[in-house]
Amino acid sequence: MTNTTDTALRSLLSDVLSLAPARAAALTADSGLFGALPELDSMAVAGLLTEIEDRFDIVIDDDEVDGDMLGTYGDLLSYITRKLGQA
Amino acid sequence: MPATWPCPGPADELAVVFDRARPVRLLIVPPLFEEMNRTRRFLVETQRQLDTLGIDSMLPDLPGCNESPQPFAAQSLGSWRDAMAAAARHFGATHVLAVRGGALVFPTSLPGWVLEPAKGASILRQLLRARVLTAREAGREENSADLLEQGRNHGLELAGYQLSAALVAGLDAAVPQDEGQVVLRQAALGGSALWLRSEPGEDAAQSANLARIIALDEGG
Repeated sequence: MTNTTDTALRSLLSDVLSLAPARAAALTADSGLFGALPELDSMAVAGLLTEIEDRFDIVIDDDEVDGDMLGTYGDLLSYITRKLGQA
Repeated sequence: MPATWPCPGPADELAVVFDRARPVRLLIVPPLFEEMNRTRRFLVETQRQLDTLGIDSMLPDLPGCNESPQPFAAQSLGSWRDAMAAAARHFGATHVLAVRGGALVFPTSLPGWVLEPAKGASILRQLLRARVLTAREAGREENSADLLEQGRNHGLELAGYQLSAALVAGLDAAVPQDEGQVVLRQAALGGSALWLRSEPGEDAAQSANLARIIALDEGG
């Protein structure tokens, strides 16, 4: 389950941020996202969240979007894994 | 090639056309907002590919968008539907390809294709979210529900676009209008979706795939 989510999330980040597949594959749990990737401005974050909702079939509240959720790749992956667990 | 066409409103609008008076004439209705910019090179390249396959195509500007002389703030889904219907009549379109949000405003009486049609509410939600995030970065708290209410009554600025109250209300309720047109998915084009990318890109292979699907379908 988690491995599938991990693969799907890497592919989604690669699509939304135009990251080369090698760069997406090299992301670790500590890799910085929001604030660290120049591609990730608020419009891109909005696009990313919408795409996450579509592909993982979850609903993200605006209130949940903050540094804890988007700070690193690991943060985002554990957020989505948690949401999927609740579904 | 740029061409003009008579659009309801104060002035003619522009379109990119590949017109050699051939029997199959495809009207391309572009996505809305930023996705239009992100897909423009992809769609024009698709037109070039269609041209080599013997198909005429026209990619008109939506009023208020791209090179249009009309103000964006005056637009609604209704004005875009009227405009695309007028473009279809003017160019004598026989088929239509609507892309993403274009599926909300294309002339439904034409046969053709819709590529990854988007719901109006999803488009609006993404714009509202971008505004809420931008405000938060600036230390202001806004929320999507209040903004939506304000937008439906008075219009709203979202991501640099001044949306009329009619456009906000229209988007909030609109679903893709396809009636029997073939629904195409990104997977059929190969590669990743160009409208998702934060920077506009192009992908000749995806354009070639799309053109081939249209040419094959139309012949069959």
